Amino acid sequence: MLLLIQYTLIFSSVLILVALGGCISEHSGVINLGLEGIMVIGALGGALMMRYCQTESAFLMVLLVILAATLFGVIYSALLGAACINFKADQTLVGTALNLLGTAAATVFVKAINTAANPDDHSSEIEYIRARKMFILNIKGFEFNWFMLIALIAVIVIAVLLYKTKFGLRLMACGEHPQAADSVGINVYKMRWAGVLISGALGGLGGICYILAGVSIWKFENGVAGFGFLALAVMIFGQWKPGRIALAALLFGLFRALSNTYVGFPALASLNLPGNVYNMMPYIVSLIVLAFTSKQSRAPKAEGIPYDKGSR
Amino acid sequence: MKKALKNPGVQAFVASVICILLGLLIGYIVLLFINPEGAAESILNVIKNFFTWSKPKTQLKQFGNTLSKTMPLLMCSLSILFAYKVGLFNIGAAGQYVAGACACLYAALAWGWGWLPCMLFAILAGGVLGAVVGILKSYCNVNEVISGIMLNWISLYTANTILAKVKEVASPYTMYITDMNPSALLPNLGLDKLFGNNKYVTLAVPLALVIAIAVSVILSRTKLGYELKATGNNKNAAKYAGMKENQNIILTLVIAGGLAGLGAAMLYLTGYMRWECTQSSVPGMGFNGIAAAFLGGLNPIGAIFASFFIQHITDGGQYVNTNFYSSQISDLISSVIIYLCGFVLFIKITMNKAITRNEEKAAQKLKASDAKAEKGGVQ
Amino acid sequence: MEQYAIEMLHITKRFPGIIANDDITLQLKKGEIHALLGENGAGKSTLMSVLFGLYQPEEGVIKKDGVEVRINNPNDANALGIGMVHQHFKLVECFTVLDNIILGVEPNKMGFLQKKEAREKVLALSEKYGLRVDPDAKIEDITVGMQQRTEILKMLYRDNEILIFDEPTAVLTPQEIAELMQIMKNLSAEGKSILFISHKLNEIMEVADRCTVLRKGKYIGTVNTKDVTAEDLSAMMVGRNVNFHVDKTPAKPGEVVLSIENMTVASKVHKNNAVKNVSLKVRAGEIVCLAGIDGNGQSEFVYGLSGLEPLVSGKITVHGKDMTKASIRERSTVMGISHIPEDRHKHGLVLDYSLEDNLILQTYFSPEFTSKAGFLRRKNIREYANRLIEQYDVRSGQGAVTTARSMSGGNQQKAIIAREIDKAPELLIAVQPTRGLDVGAIEYIHKQLVAQRDAGKAVLLVSLELDEVMDVPDRILVMYEGEIVGELDPKKTTQEELGLYMAGAKRDEVKA
Repeated sequence: MLLLIQYTLIFSSVLILVALGGCISEHSGVINLGLEGIMVIGALGGALMMRYCQTESAFLMVLLVILAATLFGVIYSALLGAACINFKADQTLVGTALNLLGTAAATVFVKAINTAANPDDHSSEIEYIRARKMFILNIKGFEFNWFMLIALIAVIVIAVLLYKTKFGLRLMACGEHPQAADSVGINVYKMRWAGVLISGALGGLGGICYILAGVSIWKFENGVAGFGFLALAVMIFGQWKPGRIALAALLFGLFRALSNTYVGFPALASLNLPGNVYNMMPYIVSLIVLAFTSKQSRAPKAEGIPYDKGSR
Repeated sequence: MKKALKNPGVQAFVASVICILLGLLIGYIVLLFINPEGAAESILNVIKNFFTWSKPKTQLKQFGNTLSKTMPLLMCSLSILFAYKVGLFNIGAAGQYVAGACACLYAALAWGWGWLPCMLFAILAGGVLGAVVGILKSYCNVNEVISGIMLNWISLYTANTILAKVKEVASPYTMYITDMNPSALLPNLGLDKLFGNNKYVTLAVPLALVIAIAVSVILSRTKLGYELKATGNNKNAAKYAGMKENQNIILTLVIAGGLAGLGAAMLYLTGYMRWECTQSSVPGMGFNGIAAAFLGGLNPIGAIFASFFIQHITDGGQYVNTNFYSSQISDLISSVIIYLCGFVLFIKITMNKAITRNEEKAAQKLKASDAKAEKGGVQ
Repeated sequence: MEQYAIEMLHITKRFPGIIANDDITLQLKKGEIHALLGENGAGKSTLMSVLFGLYQPEEGVIKKDGVEVRINNPNDANALGIGMVHQHFKLVECFTVLDNIILGVEPNKMGFLQKKEAREKVLALSEKYGLRVDPDAKIEDITVGMQQRTEILKMLYRDNEILIFDEPTAVLTPQEIAELMQIMKNLSAEGKSILFISHKLNEIMEVADRCTVLRKGKYIGTVNTKDVTAEDLSAMMVGRNVNFHVDKTPAKPGEVVLSIENMTVASKVHKNNAVKNVSLKVRAGEIVCLAGIDGNGQSEFVYGLSGLEPLVSGKITVHGKDMTKASIRERSTVMGISHIPEDRHKHGLVLDYSLEDNLILQTYFSPEFTSKAGFLRRKNIREYANRLIEQYDVRSGQGAVTTARSMSGGNQQKAIIAREIDKAPELLIAVQPTRGLDVGAIEYIHKQLVAQRDAGKAVLLVSLELDEVMDVPDRILVMYEGEIVGELDPKKTTQEELGLYMAGAKRDEVKA
């Protein structure tokens, strides 16, 4: 049971971070379908830091890893910003490209690094047993991961940012009615860039959190198994509101955690369902949830439409 | 020359070539960055693919391999471009492909069906999955990209579960069709002889090409194509003309799903590949289909060449110098190409602007010289 | 010397092929309410775009308080204290009133919003000018009138001195209009200068001190409203001389083709119904014109009639057959309705299709063009297209295969007209069929409409152009705020009288 709670919380943390990223980007008016790729690149940044940073200080390690993942995510999301905001490219196409590119690029780089270190090593894995321990606090069998706290903080910070600051008000105006924002002197392009870059930072954080969730070694060929898209489903279910996103993430996280822990529940184990059924759970749940919530969903009105100053 | 540049087909071709060149250049830079020593040779090998072999016969045989893998890719790209004509992004092609693979392999191995029913079953499976996306889109307003991705994963795990029943005991792979049920193998039609006895070159090759042409004909010559393109181009006008949008969305996705499912049958029923029941990522064929569709300028005939190119460099990836690099460099190049395809519109607009500017300048010069001539005449 | 808040002197703005503003002068006195009057296309919006820096004029200067200024973009205009309530509000629907007011000039400490002081200022302003709003209500939940007051508060919050109202009464109920008039008077009493763009004469007479009139891009004059009558203004707005005339014999109306009873259609832009309880009849062999100023429900009326939008209530019959619930396709094929849509780019054409493919947009499924197997009969399509192109004189670069996008507006319109008329309809609905076309094309289209009438068809023309309204139809129905307020005989009425109806200054009880 404790294990289930632990996994639920950590997977929820991933979903919260990434869904908040999607939420910020969409509130600015850009649909970020590239979150999956951004997660991979963020994870890559964090994993590289864990591999090469030799510090003994847990605090420093956590800080550096977070910085690396965030930075990688931000830089990578700039590809989305440039294409979708300045060149008005198809946001779906570019997002998809970023997802494919993320996994491909990470695989190429990690393999290159591994092969350079050891000519016989052609794997795309990075191992971080030592560093991972620094993220975890063992409280009577419960593995508390600092990212659980970070996700909680992120929910609060994003909620405050959106609803209590000048920046949030302007950002949301750009996603709802960019012409109105423009008419009161707000630079729509700048705000959308801000939205995309923040979403890159959160996506990167979510990525590193994801690979730290249950394992100490990561194979980059595998990407992040559709978590970026699950996060988008969480965002839709959460109606683009940070608080509701957190609750939705808990629900989805629970279903994801079941696949790691169902063996521990006699009731579930006795059902004798194949493990794949549990693997599918989060996706099936999200499909059902989307079918019921998409019709009356209140997405930012101008999302996905490139803003053109000329057409008023 | 100038006139040719105005032609939209030529423009699409130029834009695609620009994307390819930039993609290869970026791939080269990445290789340089990893290790400058073998970069040039490796990127050339990616481009050369089977030409890296010295014997013509081996070349031919390898060419056959690339060709037989091009066909499923072509099907996936047709699936994506067909849906895109109606304004839908069928990223679910990857899952529809998985469904097709699962259906045809299970029918072949568990039920001992012949190749034709296996193939039709694959089409059906893909089509059903497409229908789910279509129904969710038209009646529940679910974004087709998100539902498509969810279904990709659902079908992957379903396929893993179902196909585990027909897998070898000692390995995670499904059994060989060649051993279990040779009647399910696609007939070679003597094509294998042409490619140095490559038994994987089958009926799939001509069939896929025929289907590409058929898709082209459907889009350009039938009432269905007329309606679908009208809906994709201008929803409001389609509604004004009394077309039924929801019905068309579902129909389109069923056809798109069927195409992707058929693509899977074209690969798995050759015996070239077996399904790995523990695989944890969706096969990339459907995603590479996106690259091929857009690189081909969203034209079925263009997709034939683009699919071949993408498969060519994907296979070429295995010829990089593995002392430094990995074969995924090809995936990197194709994803960069997809990214660059996002700029195609921009490239075209820039081209058109440049052309009009030149024309205007020429016209002004002409006017100026005319005016001068007139003045001269009066005096 | 007179004190002017803002002066636009001798402004000329040309666009390719048209002079939108031809030597126009507009002088706004401090503290006055100044109306800017003109028909659609008279050049009002171009002039305002110049004032807001969206266009740079070729000639002329702008002065603020007697000093010449340059306005390069809307921010410059804001900095000069010029604010505008746009016809289509620029409000974020899911924000509160307060958030919309402070957007762009948010009071903040370190980036954190300080809404308390903002709220106090807003409440003080709303008290002072009688602008009742609930600062915490969301825009999507409040009435159009309250949304407009939010827009006004937005200007006042920014301490704007020059307030521009662009067609502010178009979407308001009569009570809301009365309130707005009072608010405008309060504002001017407090020293704000107001520019009131309108073509509703009675409102101008009621509230404005002076009025500047534009017609077809030209400056007609500026008058004191107390020295003139509404009829005088109407004459200035429309001009007295008619440019062209349509030759036609008297109509011989036959049996009723279209009958509409109590049609009500919801609006997409505001919460009131756009069409309210409209009943009318159109007979075979007559042209009925639905006249009115833009935005009085004509578009929604046509959407309801053609099936593009559902009705809230009402009944539509064609030749006695009920078609209230019929699909768009059934209305077109079974009922024999042809529809020349208002916006040829939005509804009328698939711009990336060839001309021939656009010519079969309403008939592509017929056996003539589609074989039983579902293939298009390209040869028949080409022949048909060529016949229409010849018969209706549709000109294009490469004939039937020309992309519709590359054709001129006039020829695009001709293609639509050819398509809709050649269907041999029982009822032809033509919505603003001459919008944006040159004189030759206009004449041609008018002749086609009359020819349809003479062939015994029922024709319903929806028009905003006064010349067209006076010239083409046999009967005029005037629509004002979603209702039919008058039925006129074009032979007996005058443009001035028509203008009074269109501007809501006069109304009869009309029974269909």
